Amino acid sequence: MPQPAPESVPLLRMRGIIKQFPGVRALDGVDLDVRAGEVHCLLGQNGAGKSTLIKTLAGAHQPDEGTIEFEGATVSLGSPVAALRLGIATIYQELDLVEGLSVAENIYLGHERSRFGFTSPSGAEGAAHELLRRLGHPEIRPSALAGPLPAAAKQVVSMARALSYSTRLIIMDEPSAALAQDETDNLFRIIRELTAQGVAVVYISHRLEEIRAIGDRVTVLKDGRTVATGLDAKTTPTGRFVSLMTGRAVEHVFPPRPSREAFDDRPATLSVSGLTSPGHFRDVSFEIRAGEIVGLAGLVGSGRSEILEAVYGARHASGTVVLDGRTVKGPPSRTVRLGMGLAPEERKAQGLLLDQSLQSNITLSSLGRFSRLGWLDRSAARRESERLIRELDIRPADPHRTIRTLSGGNQQKAVIARWLIDDRRLLLLDEPTRGVDIGARAELYTVIRRLADSGVGVLLVSSEVPEVLGLADRVLVIREGEVIHQGHAGDLDEHTILDMIMEGSRAA
Amino acid sequence: MNDTATAKTPKSPSRGTAAPLGLLRAVPHGGLIAGLLILLVIGLISSPDNFATSSNLVSVLALASTIGVITVGATFVIIGGGIDLSVGAAMALASVWATTVATQEYGPVVMAICAIAVGTGTGVVNGLLIAYGRIVPFIATLAMLVAARGLAQRMSDRKTQLVSAGNSSIVDLSTDRVLGVPILVYLFAAIVAAGWIVLNRTTFGRRTYAVGGSPEAARLAGIDVRRHTVLLYALSGFCCGIAAIIIMARTTTGSSTHGDLYELDAIAAVIIGGTLLSGGRGTLMGSILGLLILTVITNLFILNGLDTSAQLIAKGLIILAAVLLQQRTTSA
Repeated sequence: MPQPAPESVPLLRMRGIIKQFPGVRALDGVDLDVRAGEVHCLLGQNGAGKSTLIKTLAGAHQPDEGTIEFEGATVSLGSPVAALRLGIATIYQELDLVEGLSVAENIYLGHERSRFGFTSPSGAEGAAHELLRRLGHPEIRPSALAGPLPAAAKQVVSMARALSYSTRLIIMDEPSAALAQDETDNLFRIIRELTAQGVAVVYISHRLEEIRAIGDRVTVLKDGRTVATGLDAKTTPTGRFVSLMTGRAVEHVFPPRPSREAFDDRPATLSVSGLTSPGHFRDVSFEIRAGEIVGLAGLVGSGRSEILEAVYGARHASGTVVLDGRTVKGPPSRTVRLGMGLAPEERKAQGLLLDQSLQSNITLSSLGRFSRLGWLDRSAARRESERLIRELDIRPADPHRTIRTLSGGNQQKAVIARWLIDDRRLLLLDEPTRGVDIGARAELYTVIRRLADSGVGVLLVSSEVPEVLGLADRVLVIREGEVIHQGHAGDLDEHTILDMIMEGSRAA
Repeated sequence: MNDTATAKTPKSPSRGTAAPLGLLRAVPHGGLIAGLLILLVIGLISSPDNFATSSNLVSVLALASTIGVITVGATFVIIGGGIDLSVGAAMALASVWATTVATQEYGPVVMAICAIAVGTGTGVVNGLLIAYGRIVPFIATLAMLVAARGLAQRMSDRKTQLVSAGNSSIVDLSTDRVLGVPILVYLFAAIVAAGWIVLNRTTFGRRTYAVGGSPEAARLAGIDVRRHTVLLYALSGFCCGIAAIIIMARTTTGSSTHGDLYELDAIAAVIIGGTLLSGGRGTLMGSILGLLILTVITNLFILNGLDTSAQLIAKGLIILAAVLLQQRTTSA
């Protein structure tokens, strides 16, 4: 059992951490000091590098440069097991319990209490009960199956698992996201007990009120760098946090948008009313006029993507979706026929056939157009893909190249090109620029605006508030499944929207 | 040669050590063709008098044709991300149903139609269970395997049903020859050609690769994945029906014991042919070459009077060797 580090030396000290992924530098010089017994909050916009930093600490990513010191000694976190052995445990946002195992088995998963390879259920259950009691939840039975437990109880089990190692530092990634208010209060009580025992907590949340309630000090990340550290969680003004998180180094260039009056006399391409999917979003109503780009601004998990999927018919929801005066319902094979198109959030998993050619991916949704009685006219398909490859400047311009080998920006262009073969009425774009480099972004913005100018309605989701503000004509602000504000993009700024997203205060 | 072969971008030519692998990679199905050639050479050496005779080679093709037709359907299902374990039992049921006294009264054409309808019917049931009943393909087709075999036993009362003399034109498929080759081999070739065209030259084929490669991406691209899944299993069942006609021609019988373990041979042929069991990638020519390799091995063992147990061991090793070789040639 390691001795607690002396006061002067922080429990964890990270210096100059750099992590490069293909095409993007996720961490670009992060410094972080965490003291024993404190709740240290990480704040930053989506894409600021929080998740990469957590994964680096959890041993899931190895930094390219920089040093990590733990309890005064330089350490290398080569694997999740190495991190756990040192006493660094991570509780991820998506609770990662094995549903078919018992509570006790989950807690000791990977380091089963065994003798000569034989597990001892009663011994593990006794020890698990002790951990759960320490967390203030003696009522969770160690022998119960983990699957049917409510979310709050699962979180307690995850925390017990973290404590089952001799844990000195617990990282919690948006732990309150799945919890109701009273469950959050209990979570805070547990955190206070842990810190009283000298355990440090790195706490990630988008909700400022939580950071104020539970946090001691705050580190702000932006564009993969530490921009401020050691801020007092209780007294630092909200405005200071927000301006540290925004004000980016690179300004994007957006194409000019039409005047706001331009859409007044146009017909509605899409009108959505009372769209509800319990647990995801409630009573969402809005319109998109021909040629208009409407942006949805909100946090990950606020229901943005689910709204898009419901409009597209890929997710069941109550309420009505009317496209060009016709009520439409899924499945996507029907909504596509009526003129919708979706560029999904998970481009690789949901948008592309990675092992197939650029041409196969581009023509996927309009094979019918290139066929007669099912017979594929391959030269027509090839001509049309070549035309789109030229038009969107997809590189390399080889229709037979496997799409896996293309860069993120070019892959995204291929997904969009898919919807340019047949005339579309409505395009749904979910995080169209995720993983796309700066130069290609500007090109994508131009393509999207040009499409809108040709009369297509566009519904855009992006985690990056400046992107929504720069590209969209109108903005809907979503918080926890509800539209809390609708307005012209020109009337809003990044501060206002971030305030609404994070505090939930309704703008006047 | 076909679209998927080109879709796998040619990797940079290997350096030095792996030169033979580089050559195999340059020719489509180079490894399989080389393997088949090696077996033919072994045949010439080990049985110089029996192997290279036209009658032996024709009998190899006739032997291959039953599972071969089934392999065509299995290739579609596996590229489409599924698996069909019921093929042998479906073929047996189709052969029994087509040779019942009641069916035989209507003559050979109705017998053939009956076999195809029964085979396709089992496929449609499989497809509906999988696509709309959300039962995983392995379980749904395993249940069909057991149930179809049982139904075949019940219909035939576990007796072998002879094709009656009046319906001998079914048997003519096996005995009548054009250019010395039985008609059923032409039927096999026609099914392979049709399958190749459907897989590579039609929207159905492109959608099969899409559905197998990523069902979610295919669904979000507007493809009716469930309908396509039903069609894939129906196609597999259709092939079982054709295979039932061929087995009736070759054995002059319908029987509930026909096609035992054919599902494993068909899957083995598809795997040796380089089709991924996870779906989305593969070729029909690969499957057919894989099947020919398996059939030639069987033939060589029979010609040399070797035990069937040695044959099975050799087949197992061939499957492993083929998969290992493919990993070497596709990664790198």
